[in-house]
Amino acid sequence: MSHAIPLRISQLIKPRTRLEEIFLDILVRIFALIPIGALSFIMFKIIQKGAGVITWEFLTQPPLDGMTHGGIFPCIFGTFAITLLMILMALPLGVAAAIYLVEFAGPGLFFRITRAAVNNLAGVPSIVFGLFGVGFFILFVGRNLDKVLQTGLLFGQPCMLWAAATLAVLVLPVIIVSTEEALNAVPQSQRAASLALGATKWQTIWRVVLPQARGGILTGAILSISRGAGETAPILFTGCAYFLPRLPVTKLFGVIPMINPFDQFMELSYHIFIMATQSLDAVKTLPIQYGTTLVLIAMTFLLNLAAISFRVHFRKKMGTVSV
Amino acid sequence: MIARTLAGGALADLDRDDVAQNPVKISVHDLNMYYGNVRALHGITMDIKERAVTALIGPSGCGKSTFLRTLNRMNDTIPGARIEGIVTIDGVNIYAPDVNVAALRRMVGMVFQKQNPFPKSVFDNVAYGPRLHGITDRAFLEHRVEESLKKSALWDEVKDRLHTSAMQLSGGQQQRLCIARVLAVNPEIILMDEPASALDPLSTAKIEELIHQLRKHYTIVIVTHNMQQAARVSDYTAYFYMGSLVEFGETKGIFTNPEKKETEDYITGRFG
Ligand SMILES: Nc1ncnc2c1ncn2[C@@H]1O[C@H](COP(=O)(O)OP(=O)(O)OP(=O)(O)O)[C@@H](O)[C@H]1O
Ligand SMILES: [Mg+2]
Repeated sequence: MSHAIPLRISQLIKPRTRLEEIFLDILVRIFALIPIGALSFIMFKIIQKGAGVITWEFLTQPPLDGMTHGGIFPCIFGTFAITLLMILMALPLGVAAAIYLVEFAGPGLFFRITRAAVNNLAGVPSIVFGLFGVGFFILFVGRNLDKVLQTGLLFGQPCMLWAAATLAVLVLPVIIVSTEEALNAVPQSQRAASLALGATKWQTIWRVVLPQARGGILTGAILSISRGAGETAPILFTGCAYFLPRLPVTKLFGVIPMINPFDQFMELSYHIFIMATQSLDAVKTLPIQYGTTLVLIAMTFLLNLAAISFRVHFRKKMGTVSV
Repeated sequence: MIARTLAGGALADLDRDDVAQNPVKISVHDLNMYYGNVRALHGITMDIKERAVTALIGPSGCGKSTFLRTLNRMNDTIPGARIEGIVTIDGVNIYAPDVNVAALRRMVGMVFQKQNPFPKSVFDNVAYGPRLHGITDRAFLEHRVEESLKKSALWDEVKDRLHTSAMQLSGGQQQRLCIARVLAVNPEIILMDEPASALDPLSTAKIEELIHQLRKHYTIVIVTHNMQQAARVSDYTAYFYMGSLVEFGETKGIFTNPEKKETEDYITGRFG
């Protein structure tokens, strides 16, 4: 009796369907292999060709002999500097926008427009951000600032400040969306507990909601850094340099060394781009290109790893929160 | 007669000093409350006595929680919620435009159905309220935390783990921690919305004992679905039905000799 039912079911299944299913099963497996294969191929190629190039000199020296020798230190420095500036601008703005959307905005028209704008901003091609950076930040904001402040040509030219600002606009949606998720994940009962104890709305946000959303916000910030750090198009016209013999640093009050936001800078992804397309001898510089790519990918990879481990860590912590 | 079968000897055991002499703490007059266009409370009028326990009973959805939240203006946080009528505490209309809602909520603490400690240490949970109001002095905070935990009968269980996460406490301990957190801001009134409904019988008994202790110093309004609990812990009982206050009076009277048939049906479980 017990085996009678399976028998009947197998009779019900048409052989063709089963073949179809096996075929589909194999097909989706193959499709699933494509990204794995592509990633493995890229990584293999880059590590194979790039690993040998990476030496202490390569990481710490500037390019030499018309960029056919030497290292990429200015590019690494520039990448760090610009992502730092970018996140300093994007994080407070993005978190503030998300706080507005989650904690304050009612479900009205303005809320829907803001939401739609954030979503569409995420879909804008990065080259458009580059052009926007030139048009808005350099020509509009920068030139007008120069006029108003009588600073000659300080703000109205491509520099790290505007490149970072352009990147900040690019990663803003990432930060807003991940912060929104993090804020929404904080149970309403936590807000209620705080308000019922006589906290104001801001005290509640500051002391209860944000600390619990910290993990998600940090994860979003790291993801946005890894997104922004690899972008070339937005900085193409807004401040990066083909070759810069000095680092973009200055001395605050003549003593404290700091990043000079008004200087141009070299950057890893842009360096790869120009080495591949405009260097005097693209074949000769091939090893440098691979080395640079490996450094850039390693940086992005490490950042993503950090984001994932943050997420796991905070999810574990949050798991004990919402009993 | 009904109460004796319901609550056993509990009613008799309770050392009920005469709270009928106590002054009125909260006075509600012709209170209507709306969620958008839906009316959730219909012309509630009642006087709640100081240093007594008032229980709110009634079937699910009848407006007990809604009514409770009008007393500390937590309804303000619900979009579309609106009230008409007057609620006074110590004679002051808490819906007057110049009322400081944060200060009101400090005076009228609230314990929720589901224990909701912050994912912070036991100490930081209890110190949350005092810190909100600018207290940073460590010795003062330590004293206040200890005092509040003692009042909520939790001190002995947590005194050696004040700095571990509150999330590691049991459900019942967490609920008493939430009570301690309320006590730490020195309220005069404590609102409790089914504070024991998510707890096991032993933890429930502890909470009830605690309510009995707190009653000497605080005005307590408690929502409960448990008739025995209402009979055991409260001095006054209010029976709500579909947003209206059907009957309100001394618990003794409501449970032994209810005036309305609906009330009797409800408390004897013959409801619906
Ligand atoms: N936030 C809200 N928005 C809209 N309507 C609500 C809201 N909260 C409660 N209501 C409605 O108001 C009425 C009273 O609800 P309330 O939660 O006060 O009942 P209750 O007596 O506490 O019920 P329970 O015993 O199930 O907790 C119900 O019809 C409910 O659907
Ligand atoms: Mg309720």
